[in-house]
Amino acid sequence: MARNGEDIIRVRNLRVGFGDHDVLKNLDLDVKRGEILGFVGASGGGKSVLTRTILGLLPKRGGTIEVFGKDLDSLGEEERQAIERRWGVLFQGGALFSSLTVRQNIQFPLRENLHMSQRLMDEIAFAKLEMVGLKADVGEKLPSELSGGMVKRAALARSLALDPEIVFLDEPTSGLDPISAGDFDDLIKALQETLGLTVFMVTHDLDSLHTVCDRIAALSDGKVIAVGTIDSMLESKDPWLQAYFHGKRASVRMNGKKR
Amino acid sequence: MGVEPVYLQSQLDGRKLVLSARGDWVSARANEIEPQVDSVLRKRSKVEKVEIDASNVERIDTIGAWLIERLKRNWEKSGTKISVTGLDPRYKVLLDEVAASNREAPAPPMAENPISDTLAHIGMSAAESWTDLKALVQFLGHVVIALGRVAAHPSTFRFTSVVNQLDRVGFRAVPIIMLIMFLIGAILAQQGIFHFRRFGAETYVVDMVGILVLREVGVLIVSIMIAGRSGSAYTAELGSMKMREEIDALRVMGFDPVEVLIVPRLIALVIALPLLAFIGSMAGLLGGGIVTWLYGHMPPEVFIERLRDAISRTTFEVGMIKAPFMAFVIGLIACVEGLRVEGSAESLGEHTTASVVKSIFLVIVLDGLFAIFFAGIDM
Repeated sequence: MARNGEDIIRVRNLRVGFGDHDVLKNLDLDVKRGEILGFVGASGGGKSVLTRTILGLLPKRGGTIEVFGKDLDSLGEEERQAIERRWGVLFQGGALFSSLTVRQNIQFPLRENLHMSQRLMDEIAFAKLEMVGLKADVGEKLPSELSGGMVKRAALARSLALDPEIVFLDEPTSGLDPISAGDFDDLIKALQETLGLTVFMVTHDLDSLHTVCDRIAALSDGKVIAVGTIDSMLESKDPWLQAYFHGKRASVRMNGKKR
Repeated sequence: MGVEPVYLQSQLDGRKLVLSARGDWVSARANEIEPQVDSVLRKRSKVEKVEIDASNVERIDTIGAWLIERLKRNWEKSGTKISVTGLDPRYKVLLDEVAASNREAPAPPMAENPISDTLAHIGMSAAESWTDLKALVQFLGHVVIALGRVAAHPSTFRFTSVVNQLDRVGFRAVPIIMLIMFLIGAILAQQGIFHFRRFGAETYVVDMVGILVLREVGVLIVSIMIAGRSGSAYTAELGSMKMREEIDALRVMGFDPVEVLIVPRLIALVIALPLLAFIGSMAGLLGGGIVTWLYGHMPPEVFIERLRDAISRTTFEVGMIKAPFMAFVIGLIACVEGLRVEGSAESLGEHTTASVVKSIFLVIVLDGLFAIFFAGIDM
């Protein structure tokens, strides 16, 4: 068993671009095992591009990406698939398969990757649903019948189906009401503790950043300009970070806290 | 080694049953662990206490934890005390988490009865064909009102949109329509020559090709092609717009989706299809002419001469009159189906298929009705 604290994802000199424009310019980033890393940056600044590049959905122009200590470029098809089974992804819109019920969605990776009895798969699917705070009867619904918050939870349950070691969350709390968003934060924290997950979370939610993230990485101008705890972000003198963490929306929150 | 590893061993110790678990209790091994768990459960003996010794478990994940939980629940049900010992403390939270879930069994799915299911299915499709018809008529009414509004206020007519659609369904369809009709004309002529030759009636091939292509086949084939090419595109476009709430967005901005999206598409189709049918018919005649020249050894001048005798303006008119009606039916069905798409990708596929199948079917029915009508008025 790998120890906590080692680098589970290591990105070096990553360059990604479209046309003649580089979105990510020589980006370096480390994610440590067992932590929740919050990833912030301006809209359109390349946060999703980085996530998608790590996941192999976008080609890169240069640099290396190591996951679980293995350079993704050097892997053959099978090794690559083995790695893909060890991570789970929550897409921004959920990306549940619309023609399958929620239960079938959760069972999909189980069915495709493992040989399990239907009974065990059913029990696991319902256990996962309950872990993410959904009732068992949601399992028989189609994704189109769910509310936004339920879609996110169901999609999280699917991404956790294979007990991944890393989960990538793309704006998990966007579009949720503050209560649901808070619950979702607690859920992610609880899952991290129970399952020993490493969480890579792209987010704009200042509350999430304050409450659940162990470390925060800030992306600006195609580079990671700062990595550290929320306190070090608040103390930073960088103008962009100042604006982000001490802006109008942030100060409302801070004042509320002091009172 | 070849021997399947043992994950669970049971040992009776007086009135206490000791189950020693070992190895990796992870999802990848679930297909080996589950039978062992179940076999222990099957032959469980009456004991006072059960102890699960997990000190030799290397790793455990949710599925492993659930299998341990399954063991626990089975004995708990019969009132036997059961405890888990020796488990690595870091897995305790996971076990507790799993223990809290699945407490209520989900409602079992409804039992299926093949006979009543089939009957219900038949009933449902019968009822559906009625709602289909109602939806079509309702939609037709809506389109007519929208057309009336556009006619009353010509400034609201979306000229750009119509031109754009004309380009897509008309202009860009020209090459494929010409190619297909050319081939069909050629095949008709070849078959005609081949069979008429036995009666020495090859010259009548010109009559056959001329009348068939201009009166029936031209417009029919072009309509079917357009139903498959443009009707399906309309359904898929409108369907995905519906899925992404774009149509709702139009509505709340005070626009009528029928007026903005559907009227231009219908008008474009009604203009384009007769033009395509004409171009297609010409290509068909050309194909027929070339084959009669090369294969039937009839010089082109003779072909044209005979064609002039064989067909009248009526033949051409009968074909052309049908085209706009076909276009309207194709457009109407495509748009109705597009607007009936619901949330899932599957629904989009279903309605696109339904759109093409229904419009081809209706085009052929309509052609039959026209044949009866024209026969009735001696055209």
